[in-house]
Amino acid sequence: MTEGVATPGAGWRRADGWTDKRKKNGRRSGRRAAGEVAMVEDAEFTSYYGRPIIKAPVWKSPDVPLYLFLGGASGTTAVLGALADLSGRPALTRVARLFAGAGSIASVGFLVHDLGRPERFLHMLRVMKPTSALSVGTYILSPFSAAAGATAAVELLGWFPRLKRFGGIVSALFGGPMATYTAVLLANTAVPSWRGPHKELPFVFAGSALAAGGGITMVFAPVGEAGPSRKMAVAGAAVELAAMHRVETGHGIVSEPFHEGRAGTLLRAAKACTTAGAGLTVVAGRSRVGSIASGALLAAGSLLTRFGVFDAGMVSARDPKYTVVPQRERMAARENGHAPTVSR
Amino acid sequence: MTTVSSASPALKAADQKNRLFGPLPDVQAEAGYEEGHPKRVGFFTDTSVCIGCKACEVACKEWNTLPMDDAHGTRDVIGLSGMAYDNTGQLGANSWRHVAFIEQSRTVDLPMPGVGLPGARLETPDPGVGLQEPDAQAKAQASVLNAEALSEFDPQTGHSADRQIRWLMSSDVCKHCTHAGCLDACPTGALFRTEFGTVVVQGDICNGCGYCVPSCPYGVIDQRKDDGRVFKCTMCYDRLTDGLMPACATACPTQSIQFGDLDELQARADARLATLQSQGVETARLYGRDENDGVGGNGAFFLLLDEPEVYGLPPDPIVPAHDMPAMWKSAAAGAAMIVGVVLSAVLGSRKR
Repeated sequence: MTEGVATPGAGWRRADGWTDKRKKNGRRSGRRAAGEVAMVEDAEFTSYYGRPIIKAPVWKSPDVPLYLFLGGASGTTAVLGALADLSGRPALTRVARLFAGAGSIASVGFLVHDLGRPERFLHMLRVMKPTSALSVGTYILSPFSAAAGATAAVELLGWFPRLKRFGGIVSALFGGPMATYTAVLLANTAVPSWRGPHKELPFVFAGSALAAGGGITMVFAPVGEAGPSRKMAVAGAAVELAAMHRVETGHGIVSEPFHEGRAGTLLRAAKACTTAGAGLTVVAGRSRVGSIASGALLAAGSLLTRFGVFDAGMVSARDPKYTVVPQRERMAARENGHAPTVSR
Repeated sequence: MTTVSSASPALKAADQKNRLFGPLPDVQAEAGYEEGHPKRVGFFTDTSVCIGCKACEVACKEWNTLPMDDAHGTRDVIGLSGMAYDNTGQLGANSWRHVAFIEQSRTVDLPMPGVGLPGARLETPDPGVGLQEPDAQAKAQASVLNAEALSEFDPQTGHSADRQIRWLMSSDVCKHCTHAGCLDACPTGALFRTEFGTVVVQGDICNGCGYCVPSCPYGVIDQRKDDGRVFKCTMCYDRLTDGLMPACATACPTQSIQFGDLDELQARADARLATLQSQGVETARLYGRDENDGVGGNGAFFLLLDEPEVYGLPPDPIVPAHDMPAMWKSAAAGAAMIVGVVLSAVLGSRKR
């Protein structure tokens, strides 16, 4: 058998017995959505001894997912706190403000702790760079946590009621961006499974943050005032589940890590918690016990989603398959004059 | 001296053109340097003449006083990777040059001499070049940049029965991209564009946030765990400012690593590619040379003899900021949705 010059790579194959040419595994990832034409056959891919091409993020695991969760939940509770205040729900306002303040301060703590040089955290404020999601996020997180923290403090101390309302509104203005910028933070990297679903990820995080914020305020606020919490929690859970479904199925091979291994387990558990929490909110949200149980389930679902998304990205960064195959598909699509099937 | 800007191009200048991706004819001007800045410099790494001696790795380690680590970046550990002669393993915080070794074989249907040293078949009676020009062999051997010489005498390529064996060796390095993902991502301004068009980390500014690490589409920059900060190739910024060549290019004995003005290197690389292709090296290609690629072209580019991923390079890298406007649009819609949902939840609930 002769491999001639017509063979790709002129017939050269790795000689040392190392075989890393694996079949691309499109199992359960739905990469052939209805109506979608396969641009490339299931291609083999090559790598350098199976080593990763990109570097996996050096972010620590409990810190950053917890930051994502707390940032999201405190962002939506800050919005809820301001609107509950304006609509005259003092108990709900108090719960929302206290959680937004505590959550935002804790999230800053996790973020600073994750730095390689925590004592230099103020260097973040040296420059302002629109190309860096972390720089933009710094200028969302700083005013948000300052306003939410101060509002919670005066709420606790009972001073300056008018200043309290102003602080609550300022934190509410930054609450929405606070909950969704973290999705850009993850997506605006070379990590394939974060980058692929970059249009859906902000909605996953927004839905997850609404579910968590609603759930947490349901647990602590009196049932009578917590109507808005229940509504936003159910709506958020629906958005989270719908957007997450698109992340898990719509992006070819980079959707795969969301199904497999620890990330898959976490995300299945997240889905179960969120679904159960939303259902229980509708059925039993008006009872004390029911609201505590469903609120806790919703918060747990949101937390598990963050851990699962984080894990899936790490897996996709460590396996060269997820870097090479989508890029090869993109190149093939470009050569054939089609739009790429896998988003970059 | 001009004002040095640590801002990425997107922050500066009035025109919107190619500030996130695409070709940039004057990358230093985009970063805020005034007229009269030095020309953009770079590396052209011609892997077809790399002999895998790792002199570049050693010179880099010595000059930049980089600590030792194993193939996985663990500090102060000697480890054999099991990957051919490559125990460096990867580019990282402590390895700014990395020589990759790939052993390949292919079958050939010629009745080759079964055994013998590489180049042995030249001794068989051949009415070709060898007899007519007795000194052709010596002449060809003298020119290391001659592809014919490479295919005939190359110690990287040998024969065994019906199989041909070759070694690919390539010295990888930071690409000093036109649109650098690390530079775009750095929230402290520790990473900056130098007057030479290279990308360098300022160690006294970096706070170890690590955002540059997953933002590099080539996996170059990494965090030194015990230090907390990130490190990568500086293209010997200290040597450049004193008019010296980078340590690796100075040490390279085969001119596989060539340093110079980028436009000159690009012309040289194009000529080299044309030579190789005319001599039948059909797998030769330039990597990182194309200014229309996903990162606007590389300051350090390569001549490869196989697909990029064989060497551990991404086949079609894209700077993360390429799709950033769509992401922010989506995030803004998500934030608006949050306010809308909470507002309608508050308005839609009865007070009790």
